[in-house]
Amino acid sequence: MTKLTYIAHDGTRFEVEAENGSTVMENAIRNAVPGIEAECGGACACATCHVYVDDAWTSVVGEPEAMEEDMLDFAYEVRPTSRLSCQIKVRGELDGLVVSIPERQG
Amino acid sequence: MSGEVALSDITTTDVLIIGAGPIGLFAVFELGLFDMRCQLIDILDRPGGQCAELYPEKPIYDIPGYPVIGAQELVDKLLQQIAPFKPGFTFNRMVTGLERLESGGFRVATDENEVFDAKVVVIAAGGGSFQPKRPPIPGIEEYEASSVRYAVRRIEDFRGHDVVIVGGGDSALDWTLNLQPVARRVTLIHRRPEFRAAPDNVNKMHALRDAGAIDLVIGQVSGLSGEGGELRSITVKGSEGDVEVSCTRLLPFFGLTMKLGPVAEWGLNLHENQIPVDTEKFESSEPGIFAIGDINWYPGKLKLILSGFHEAALMAQAAKHIISPKERIVFQYTTSSTSLHKKLGVAD
Repeated sequence: MTKLTYIAHDGTRFEVEAENGSTVMENAIRNAVPGIEAECGGACACATCHVYVDDAWTSVVGEPEAMEEDMLDFAYEVRPTSRLSCQIKVRGELDGLVVSIPERQG
Repeated sequence: MSGEVALSDITTTDVLIIGAGPIGLFAVFELGLFDMRCQLIDILDRPGGQCAELYPEKPIYDIPGYPVIGAQELVDKLLQQIAPFKPGFTFNRMVTGLERLESGGFRVATDENEVFDAKVVVIAAGGGSFQPKRPPIPGIEEYEASSVRYAVRRIEDFRGHDVVIVGGGDSALDWTLNLQPVARRVTLIHRRPEFRAAPDNVNKMHALRDAGAIDLVIGQVSGLSGEGGELRSITVKGSEGDVEVSCTRLLPFFGLTMKLGPVAEWGLNLHENQIPVDTEKFESSEPGIFAIGDINWYPGKLKLILSGFHEAALMAQAAKHIISPKERIVFQYTTSSTSLHKKLGVAD
């Protein structure tokens, strides 16, 4: 199991144990983390699971692929650390990952 | 409304289906087996609903009989399956009005004032209608009555204006190219230098920019200013700080989102934006109006395509009772029934 921390826009921290191979979005939904909507269910077809990856983790998490970058055009207040959480697969090296949830989803 | 419509302008059908997603399409099949003619209306420009709009290339693994099938492939097969019943399609329309006629049946109106009379209405509207997403720019609502447009209905509305188009897809690029000749100035704003739109149009846009005929700004719109609902300028946050762009018409293309829309105004009981139905007929609180697929709710409801197919089959039985009350419904299998074979146009 891999530990993930979500920081809601109001600063509340949600720590969850995630199974490797699942997505950061799925774990947010399963644990009722507020602010992740995932309207399309994880098909990289909307931009409502937008998160900011903590600066310390961006290089480990990696860059979005072209399709995700296209969907990020629809997100709210996109920053260089923006990712769609349905496209981040949980794996051992992400143990301790911290992501923040934007003020609103697009 | 009823008094103003000439009879010749009314399309009549047995069953009017709101939504041409997979469930609306399969309903045509089940209704067709009982000789009911169907007309479908959808806000998108093609059939398939979410399958076509959100994830056409994605695989679906829980359609019985298909270990895996692409979403668009499923839509194509459903269209093939219902072809013998020759359904009518009306695309790019939102159903705005639904009222019961005194003579029985229903009158349905669209946002382009088309009118349909049907004996039965089936709401298969999924997550609601796809509508343009409002970009997250503070205060944008107050300009929506005039300066901010989410679609181009009349090019003339843009003549002589400082038009700002936001987005990187086909709509944004198409309108950049098409409005450039009529606008006072067109400025295209996109978050990054790469565009999703067709490469040919991206090249044409770059050529216009190089010729000084349009402006291209890389960044995100962060603020609006104007007064009395009329925009004067917008602020763009780019990598090199804020830029002020003159703007009297703003066209943001931020994709589509699903909204329940006018369904909420038809006097049906609702349960958290879904339509409660019984599990025998999948009928709403209004007799003759059915709801199937993701839009309905009943205890144990699962938003699965396969559940919607089942709901369509049971709904069709109930619809037949309404349309042909005196006819006895004979249960038949498509495998062996010669009369069903005739309807499907297959040889015995």
